[in-house]
Parts: sequence; structure tokens; C-alpha cells
Amino acid sequence: MQTTTDIAQLEAQARRIRRHIIEMTGIAGSGHPGGSLSAADIVTALYFSVMKHRPQEPSWPDRDRFVLSKGHAAPVLYAALAESGYYPVEALGTLRQLGSILQGHPDMCKTPGVEICSGSLGQGLAAACGMALAGRMDRAPWRVYAMIGDGEAQEGEIWEASMFAAHYKLDNLTCVLDFNGLQIDGRLEDVMSIDCPSEKWRSFGWHVVKIDGHDFVQILAAFDEAKRTKNKPTMIVARTVKGKGVSFMENQVGFHGKAPSEEQMKQALEELATE
Amino acid sequence: MAEKRATREAYGAVLIELAKAGRDVVALDADLASSTTTAKFGAEFPDRFFNVGVAEQNMIGVAAGLAASGKIAYTGSFAVFATGRAFDQIRNTVCYGNLNVKICPTHAGLTVGPDGASHQALEDIALMRSLPNMRVIVPADYYEAAAALRAAADIDGPVFVRLGRAAVPVVYDESHTFDLGKADVVAEGGDVTIAACGIMVEVALRARDLLAADGVSAEVINVSSVKPIDAEALVASAAKTGHVVTAEEHTIQGGLGGAIAEVLSEQLPTPMLRVGVRDMFGTSGPADELLIEYGLTPANIAEAARKLLD
Ligand SMILES: Cc1ncc(C[n+]2csc(CCOP(=O)(O)OP(=O)(O)O)c2C)c(N)n1
Ligand SMILES: [Mg+2]
Repeated sequence: MQTTTDIAQLEAQARRIRRHIIEMTGIAGSGHPGGSLSAADIVTALYFSVMKHRPQEPSWPDRDRFVLSKGHAAPVLYAALAESGYYPVEALGTLRQLGSILQGHPDMCKTPGVEICSGSLGQGLAAACGMALAGRMDRAPWRVYAMIGDGEAQEGEIWEASMFAAHYKLDNLTCVLDFNGLQIDGRLEDVMSIDCPSEKWRSFGWHVVKIDGHDFVQILAAFDEAKRTKNKPTMIVARTVKGKGVSFMENQVGFHGKAPSEEQMKQALEELATE
Repeated sequence: MAEKRATREAYGAVLIELAKAGRDVVALDADLASSTTTAKFGAEFPDRFFNVGVAEQNMIGVAAGLAASGKIAYTGSFAVFATGRAFDQIRNTVCYGNLNVKICPTHAGLTVGPDGASHQALEDIALMRSLPNMRVIVPADYYEAAAALRAAADIDGPVFVRLGRAAVPVVYDESHTFDLGKADVVAEGGDVTIAACGIMVEVALRARDLLAADGVSAEVINVSSVKPIDAEALVASAAKTGHVVTAEEHTIQGGLGGAIAEVLSEQLPTPMLRVGVRDMFGTSGPADELLIEYGLTPANIAEAARKLLD
């Protein structure tokens, strides 16, 4: 069981990651803060509690793998990797600049710790399936984690991969749905509803856990439950708030792919101030 | 009559050979395993074969994940679907990540026959050739297909090997090897160069005989490695003959003819004519009749050569 200090530490870590997201997109003048902030607590839990990994040895064969299928949320991944020690935190200031190791969307060839290229939505879950399959073939101890967006779930390939994972009983695969209810053109309900995602994945043969994606107790319990689930992949349907943690970004479609201005950056950092 | 064999026959056979040799190969197929012959591999190595169902995009994605985890991932399907349906997956996940995925679809070109245009890939070489990190191989016959499929396992990164459905005459024998980036001068000549790939290599050899009867000496080059292309060999031959005809079972836009035009226009501008499908879809019919209908015969190549020499 986690102690309250564990949880408090994760919350503090998530806050640092949120600050990085604001700063790096603010400095870059572009990027995707909204979906990075909604994913921040889950990604923090993965890198600072759930996953076995060695930041000094990014290709350690027995590491757990994380696939950010919703690649536009690269800032949250880059911040978690930097905070973990894959590269210096200073590198975050180079996001999206010419020559940077931190590309606009994840690039496995340029960034230590990035497991697969993503950015074209809908593809990461399939790659995660392939990794899980390879791990099982090799009787390897590692697990595969993936995160998809709810808008991303409108891509057909997500459902192809979902069928595949259940058919091949990939119980070493856990996916998180960042269910923030927003995509670029508006609310999913208005653009293209994915309706009851839990029922969809359950009917596809997955074990489904519904959580509040900003509650670390629930997040950690869900990953634990996934680990104990046999013969089925697990989908964690995480209710989240897009832009979470920054008052004027929360639930705002406009901050999907828009960086904060200097003024907004200041205000956001004040809201996310660490003690 | 020369021996006839379909290049696709080599696929399952080589996969079995590679697995028996201890290579860490896996094969994926999208409900076409019996047609592509990966089913043969699946029957011998069920733990290394995965059918994804009719889901080509997912097939490429799963292959990418397998490759990222150390496997040599071969994929099967028809060339239309493998390259067209899953193009974005090949581009953004496989090639951008330089992953060890082999895209070896069968049923490329007009010789698919009666299934018609929807199933006759005539743009797959152009599509694959446009992608950074992708190697593009168009084997001339069964033996070269086997050699190329074997060689692909030793290349660390994405490889496209174009295979066909129909039994076609062989050009080589068991002893043939494949060298990525090397063109093979299959017959020497001094008046005109015929650079071909795939089934058109054998057709080019017959065109050479037609031309010889007229006293024209044609050099036939098999450019099975379309990318990387053997610019040196092509320039050397063009320098010798001064005339180049290209021949491919593919659209003349962006395929072998396009690739050679790019090389020669920069390095040694040479009068050229391209034999291939001229900005059209295919159609249903028997393979041999389609080659006549679309102008992919020895006579068509010979005619192009004569036109150049006039
Ligand atoms: C294949 C593809 N189509 C379109 C886009 C452009 N795009 C980037 S993010 C996005 C919306 C994603 O919504 P969602 O998955 O809900 O992301 P989140 O809310 O978590 O940021 C779109 C359409 C893309 N990156 N890839
Ligand atoms: Mg969303």
C-alpha cells in the first residue's frame, strides 16, 4: 500500500511536471499543453512509481515500456523523462527548436527514453501490442504501458489493435484512455462521440477499470489491478480534465494546441507554485 | 520453355529457412496468409506467426512494436493494401523510427490478373521509394526473390520486397545472390540500354533478341535494387550506349523509370523512353493478355528502343 507521503511525493512530482509543460510550451511558443496537463498525473505515476526503468540505461532490456500513442502530448513525456534523469532538465527549453533532441512529436531516434515514434494518431497502441507480443514470446518480465486520447480513439486502427490485444490475450499490456472529453474541434460529444468507452472495450474483450485520472490512489490501484489481471489486456478509462491544474486552461478547447503567452505562463506558474 | 515460378512462392519458404537458421524472425499477415504463402511458415512455426485479421494498419503497427523489441518482423498482404492502406503507418512509425520491419507484399502489378484494378498495385514502388530509410527491392524472378528476402533479414531497417502472384519465367538459378544497391548487367550490348525490374527483366531479354535480329545490340540491366539505386552502373551503361529504355510493371510516374530519369538527368542526361503503365488503372483479364493490353511486351520495349535510335 502507498503511504500518504508516497502520494504527496507523486503530487509534488506531477506539479513539477506541469510547470515544465507550461514553461517548455511557453518558451517554444507552440505545442500542446491541454492534453499534456490532462495526462500529467498518470504519466507521473508511471515514471515515478509503476514502471521499472533505468534512466541511465535507456535500452535496458528488462525495462517496462511506455508508448505515448497520443504523441502531441510529448511535453508531458519529455518532462517526465527529464525529471527521471534521461537527459538534463535544461534540454526542455529546446523543445521544437532546430537541432533539439525534443521534437514536436516523439522521435525514438532522437530522444533517450522514447520507445516509438508517434504523432500520427491511432498508431501507438498497435506498436504497444507488438512490444507486448515480443515480450511474451521471449518470456520477458517487462510490461507495456500505452496511453491514447479519447479523440484518438476515433481512429479505426485503435479498434484493430484493441481486437488484436484481446485476441492474443496480451495481459502484459495496459492502456490508459485519457478521457478528457475534448479534441481539436470541440467536445467529443459534438464532434464524434465515442459514447461509453468502458462498454466498448469490455465488449472487445478487455478488462476495464474506470478511475479519476487525477487521483493517485485510484491511478496506482488501477495499474496494480492491471498487473494482476490474467489473459486479458487492461484498459484504464481515466476521467480527466484537459488543461488540469491551470485554471484558465481547464476544459478549454482553445488550449489543445496553443502555447501560453508570456503573461499566461506567469499566471500558470503562480498557480502551480511549489512550496 | 523456361521454368516458371511465382516470386511469392519464395516468401513462406525463405521465412522457414530463416527461422530454422535461428534468426529471430516473426511473420504477420492480414488474412491473406495462404495467398502470400506466409501460412506455410505459420504451419511450421506457429509461435512465430500472427494473423491480425483484415487490419493492415494494425499489422504494420504491431510489426513496428515487434521490431522495436528486437524481432525481425516480416509482413504479408497484397501490395495495394500493404503500401496504400498502411502508408501512414509505414511512414510515421516504421520508417521514421528506422525499424526492422520487412514489407514484402505479393500480388503486385497487372499480373494479379482477373481481380482487376482494385487489386493491381501500380504505384507501390513510387510510394515506398519516397520514404526515407526504406529500401525498395523488385526481384526479377523466384530465385532473386528468395535471395532478396534472405538479404532483407541482414539489413537493419525497413525493406520493401515486391512480390507477384503469377508464375513467371525465371531468369536466374539457385546460385543467384542479391546485393542491395547493385544492378546486375544480365546481357551486354552497345547500342541501347534496357533497364528493367521485376518480371520486365525477362521481357527485356526477349526484346533484346528481337533487336538483335535487326542488328541492334541491347544491354539489359536488372535494377532490382530500386532504392538504393546503382547510379554508377546506370551511368556507365548510358555512357556506353547513349540510349536508355526503362521497363516496369508499374506506373511510369515515380517508379523505376522515374528513379533512373532522376539519376541520368543529373549525372549524364541521356535520351530515354519509359515502358510501363501510362497513368491508368489496371483492369480484369488474364495476366498475359494484360501485359499486351498495357504495352508491356518485348515488342513494346523493342519499339521504344528503335524510336530512340532513329
Ligand atoms: C492521424 C492524425 N490526424 C490528425 C491529427 C491532428 N490532431 C492532433 S491532436 C488531435 C486531437 C486529439 O484529440 P485527443 O486524442 O482527445 O487528444 P487530447 O485531448 O488528449 O489532447 C488531432 C486531430 C494527428 N496528429 N494525427
Ligand atoms: Mg481528448
